[in-house]
Amino acid sequence: MPDFNFIDQVNTLSEQPIELCYHCHKCTAGCPVVDQMEYGPDRILRMVQFGEKDKLLQSEDIWVCVGCETCGARCPNEIDAARVLGALREIAFAENAAIAEPGAVKFHRLFLGLVQRTGRMHEISLLALHKLWTLNLFSDLPAGARLIMMGKVPLKPSIIKGRSEIARIYATAGSKKKQVPNGD
Amino acid sequence: MSRIGVFVCHCGINIAGTVDVAAVVEQVRKHPEVVFAADYKYMCSDPGQELIKKTIAENQLDGVVVAACSPAMHETTFRRAVASAGVNSFRCECANIREQVSWVHQSQKEEATRKAVAVTRSIVEKVARNEKLEPISAAVTHRALVIGGGIAGMQAALDVANAGFPVILVERQGQLGGKMAQLSGTFLNIKAAPDLLQKMVHQVMDHPNIQVLTGAEVKTVEGYVGNFKVQVELCQEGQSEPVAFTFEVGALIVATGWERYPQARLPEYGGGEIPDVIDGLAFESMLAPGGQIRRPSDGKVPGEVVFVQCAGSRDPERGVPYCSKVCCMYVAKQAMVFKERVPDGQPYVFYIDIRSAGKGYDEYVQRAMTDSHVLYLRGKVSKIFREGDKVIVWGADTLSGRSLEIAADLVVLATPLAPSPGAVDLGQRLHASTDANGFFTEAHVKLRPVETLTAGIFLAGAAQGPKDIPETVAQASAAAAKALQLFSHEKMTISPLVATVIPELCAACGACVLACPYGARSIHPLWNIATVNASLCQSCGACVVACPNKASQVHNWRPDQIMAMLDEVL
Repeated sequence: MPDFNFIDQVNTLSEQPIELCYHCHKCTAGCPVVDQMEYGPDRILRMVQFGEKDKLLQSEDIWVCVGCETCGARCPNEIDAARVLGALREIAFAENAAIAEPGAVKFHRLFLGLVQRTGRMHEISLLALHKLWTLNLFSDLPAGARLIMMGKVPLKPSIIKGRSEIARIYATAGSKKKQVPNGD
Repeated sequence: MSRIGVFVCHCGINIAGTVDVAAVVEQVRKHPEVVFAADYKYMCSDPGQELIKKTIAENQLDGVVVAACSPAMHETTFRRAVASAGVNSFRCECANIREQVSWVHQSQKEEATRKAVAVTRSIVEKVARNEKLEPISAAVTHRALVIGGGIAGMQAALDVANAGFPVILVERQGQLGGKMAQLSGTFLNIKAAPDLLQKMVHQVMDHPNIQVLTGAEVKTVEGYVGNFKVQVELCQEGQSEPVAFTFEVGALIVATGWERYPQARLPEYGGGEIPDVIDGLAFESMLAPGGQIRRPSDGKVPGEVVFVQCAGSRDPERGVPYCSKVCCMYVAKQAMVFKERVPDGQPYVFYIDIRSAGKGYDEYVQRAMTDSHVLYLRGKVSKIFREGDKVIVWGADTLSGRSLEIAADLVVLATPLAPSPGAVDLGQRLHASTDANGFFTEAHVKLRPVETLTAGIFLAGAAQGPKDIPETVAQASAAAAKALQLFSHEKMTISPLVATVIPELCAACGACVLACPYGARSIHPLWNIATVNASLCQSCGACVVACPNKASQVHNWRPDQIMAMLDEVL
């Protein structure tokens, strides 16, 4: 019998009607990062239907997803697979699962920390911090240099006025996180 | 000598683009029987028809040839126009210079024109020899006999009876209701179904125009549309020998329904071997009011139940080639009701694909997936066997590309809807054909789905092929409408273009009786000559060929006409 606790957990967290998926493959056909994935969004949904918790939480795919929501925009059954993957990430994180892409988790944390402080994303700071964390110092340098030359990324971080409101958002989200429905 | 008018149609450029219509007019005008010839853009249009009528009056025509499209297209149109101008409609014929000339010889314009001339002149020869004929009228018995007392037969009987005509309803079983009486409920309206059926049974039983014969079987059928003689054998209680009654009816409606497919024919699924492998109808009786969901082997309430769709259907190798049409829906219903009654249980459905074509049907199957958490697995089950007190199901889920093994407590096979046993035999008695699977064949797969090829015999429900209840009810009402169409006339008209016998030439040898595929020929007991039953004759000409004395002929297709036509063409 499939692990219905897990299925319910994913359903509740993602608010998506996963059972409605008839596996037409449209989401996977349009996913921009599917070549980096092992299963792709449609197979992920099937694995949720089967309740394959361990396989899913340890999959690289849930971290490869960039959350662009192309899958959800195209789905004939209005299932937003990106939100399902998001739910899986949350569960993996909450349950300390063996995460296949630790770099991605670090990236998420850095991103959130940066936004919490300045209220706005600053690409160069994020990149620098991420490179320090991962010690992957020299990858993609020419591309970064070109972007700076073209003025696509500002050198100085800008700090927004409504940082107190940002702090409130973080507080609310942090308390919600504790309400993540438990798998057991 | 006849006075024939010939009208050559351009059909826009359909004919005139290839055939030189002016040349055809010129050539045909030279024929000695032709007194008038002209061409016109569209003969079937109102001005075209007016031209025919005007010319008949002005030239005292006694025959008309329209060189245009196939007679299947507009023969009736032109014959009606001719008749309204006072000429016998059977003195009007179409020469087909479109389908058989211009359309097929588009690159050979000269040859096409020559062929159009030959074809038109040959029809002139025929019309010159055509007899004036009048439609034959025959009596109609305003009473119907319905074979089968299921939902189809009852609906058809009620519709005919409510229109004011008497109906005899013949049911082989001891009571009405058919297969629907064995259902726990129907999909889409699960609770109402048994009540609705009971209401219908009462309506039929209490109807003053319906005579219900249960425990009865149709033995012989004689006669023809409007005038059937049907012998019914009735097994009455306390009597060892059945009693035979004969009914005279004008129309027959065949509603013999379907039968269970023998499970023993599915040994790879443990059919007939494993007690906890049952079919859909057996599960229905567990779900029915008063029934209990318990495994046949040990009476335990099953937890994991596997439904196998297409268990024999769409499987020409091991089962039947056709789709049984109702299984996708009733399996969804059964899985949902099971989940409702056994909330801790888990229903699985193996399917090849879901065929939920119907109003609200797909939404219903989706509800089974979302609301009842029925787990649908796409793939065909390969094997079912027993292990301890479990039934092991080997299958696959092609959506994730993996093999599955489920240790089930109960397996429900959605076995095919088979035709009623005896349908083939009954078909032979009715002269109504059945297909390779044993279902009755409709007269035309698209346009005449409730008629058989035998006039006056109509089809309703699963006798013609697997159907769900709404479709069955619709077809039953359609069959009733066809019967009522027949009953709406005091007398029916029959085409006079049938076989005839020249009495002086007939030696009563009986060759025509043997040759006739429609049973239209017999030897008159008093006059000792062959006769033709015009209601049954289909003008096929088999008797004409069989007759050694050339006494058998078909009206307006006599040998002298055909020879004259051939002379003109060759």
